Amino acid sequence: MAVTAGHREATRRAVDPASGAQRLKEAAFKATMLLSTLVGLLFLLVLIVDVARDGVPLLSADFLSSFPSRIRPEDSGVRSALQGTLLLIVVTAAFIVPVGIATAIYLEEYADPERWWNRLIELNIQNLAAVPSIVYGILGLAWIVRGPLSLGRVLLAGALTLGLLVLPVVIVVAREAIRAVPSSIRDGSLALGATQWQTIWKQVLPGALPGIATGVILALSRAIGETAPLILVGAVAFYRFDSDGLLSSFSALPIQILEAVTDSDPAFRDLAAAAIIVLLVILLLMNSVAIYLRNRYEQKW
Amino acid sequence: MASADFTARAAGPSGPGAGLRYRRTRRSTGEQVIKVLLAVAAVLSVVTTTGIVISLLNETISFFGEVGFAEFFFGTDWNPLRRGAQQSFGVLPLIWSTVYLTLIGLLIAIPLGLASAIYLSEYASPRVRRLVKPTLEVLAGIPTIVLGYFALTYVTPVVLRDLLGVEVRIFNGLSAGIVLGILVLPTIASVAEDALSAVPQSLREGAFGLGATQRQVVLRVVFPAALSGIVAALVLGASRAIGETVVILIAAGADPNLTLDLGVSHQTMAAFIAQTARGDISQGGTEFQTIFAVGTTLFVITLLVNAVAIRLVRRFRQVYD
Repeated sequence: MAVTAGHREATRRAVDPASGAQRLKEAAFKATMLLSTLVGLLFLLVLIVDVARDGVPLLSADFLSSFPSRIRPEDSGVRSALQGTLLLIVVTAAFIVPVGIATAIYLEEYADPERWWNRLIELNIQNLAAVPSIVYGILGLAWIVRGPLSLGRVLLAGALTLGLLVLPVVIVVAREAIRAVPSSIRDGSLALGATQWQTIWKQVLPGALPGIATGVILALSRAIGETAPLILVGAVAFYRFDSDGLLSSFSALPIQILEAVTDSDPAFRDLAAAAIIVLLVILLLMNSVAIYLRNRYEQKW
Repeated sequence: MASADFTARAAGPSGPGAGLRYRRTRRSTGEQVIKVLLAVAAVLSVVTTTGIVISLLNETISFFGEVGFAEFFFGTDWNPLRRGAQQSFGVLPLIWSTVYLTLIGLLIAIPLGLASAIYLSEYASPRVRRLVKPTLEVLAGIPTIVLGYFALTYVTPVVLRDLLGVEVRIFNGLSAGIVLGILVLPTIASVAEDALSAVPQSLREGAFGLGATQRQVVLRVVFPAALSGIVAALVLGASRAIGETVVILIAAGADPNLTLDLGVSHQTMAAFIAQTARGDISQGGTEFQTIFAVGTTLFVITLLVNAVAIRLVRRFRQVYD
């Protein structure tokens, strides 16, 4: 017997009592949710196309290797800003890797969560993660550039300020990675006579390393995209010298972008777009490394 | 190492206390030193907070030596960098713009973010989710300076003026508010999705079993069950928007305005601090101290907002753990 449309309709009514109007409502709701999701994605797409259209024509080897110019935007480059950003990555990493991992180990492996001082540290890190980056800039200005450390407006001051800013990110991710190492591994190591530190150093840390490395890279990619703290620390926007160590003046890509965007001469805007592309490429490379590490080395326990 | 252990133990006195006594040798001193070093690193976070508070308060107290409390908090005219009679220190325009632009941002981010969360958690196939979630993470990872560039060079001239025909100045609060919304959208979407996904499957199955449609399940069962987590997502989003600096600095200009008009320049607390620090002002003057007074105000506001968020997240965790 041939199944007619009428049969299908009858069966559908028996199984699914929803009326046509109700099904329309269901479909409309689902479509609204989907379209709203697409808005965010569309925004990202338009943003990338817009930046690429403005900036790509300016990109060249000369753009990377020449100093910025306030007078002739067409000859301007990002040499000093690129140097500054790359150096900031290295120096910030040298600061946050040991301090972040040590804090995470202390909180996960040693600290007694019942003690008030350990709870204070935890609460503190939660709160620090929510402090606006501009406030870290004020801290950097008052304590690192001037005040107790008095380093001046130098690269090291910028790196330390950015380091303090992203330290909570490193700590949170490293703690998760350490927590993911099963306690049977610790117990086995301790039962074989290893001390607590030997257990951590030889068993826990190697197991947690891929997770920690991912966290450090994510933290660094947040750090180098930050503009506000560097404004207060005093990074130079159009810096016409090669970088000369940790204790000299410095520039960074976000600072040069900011200065170029806000310049009254619109010719500088395309310069900003080209510098944005350089910044985004660095971020893309760092995130690719993070994804590679996660996929290549992540352990399932 | 292992053989040294053995000799140490063999040479020591035998009996029940021998193992305990062994713990007091050189190696366990090393263990103690390591523990102390790790604790010192952990204490750095407390030092950071203390540093922030002291550096803010120090200059803020001197600031209030010069400027009255009432003038600062209730004054409606913010002109700290002018000279003479035109100089005034009413912070209300900055607080107003901070709150106003945050609200505009949330007006955009809340519906879009929650809809994205609902779609990803309740409707999307695993394949779509694997594609959309990382893309939202990419959006979350775009530096805010890039969003600021986009606000000034695309949202204001192309979207607002050409496409929508809105009359706005080149520096305006509307474009800053919209981009602020896009900035916090991924935060809201991701935290709210976690909250929705944490609702136990049995609740959905129960509702389906009673004949509810998918939309009814989402709106009347899952959404209310995840409500405190969703509210926490909104508060976290708000806290990010309140502290955002460069988007507003670039898109909304540098004129503090106590107005509902979004077509003109707005200056938030964070944007004022950055704008002032860009200029060359001498250290120690009242102009310099405004950075710290405004910074303290911003710091206290974000701390309060964050305290609410932490409390809500904690309550939401207690429900299903």
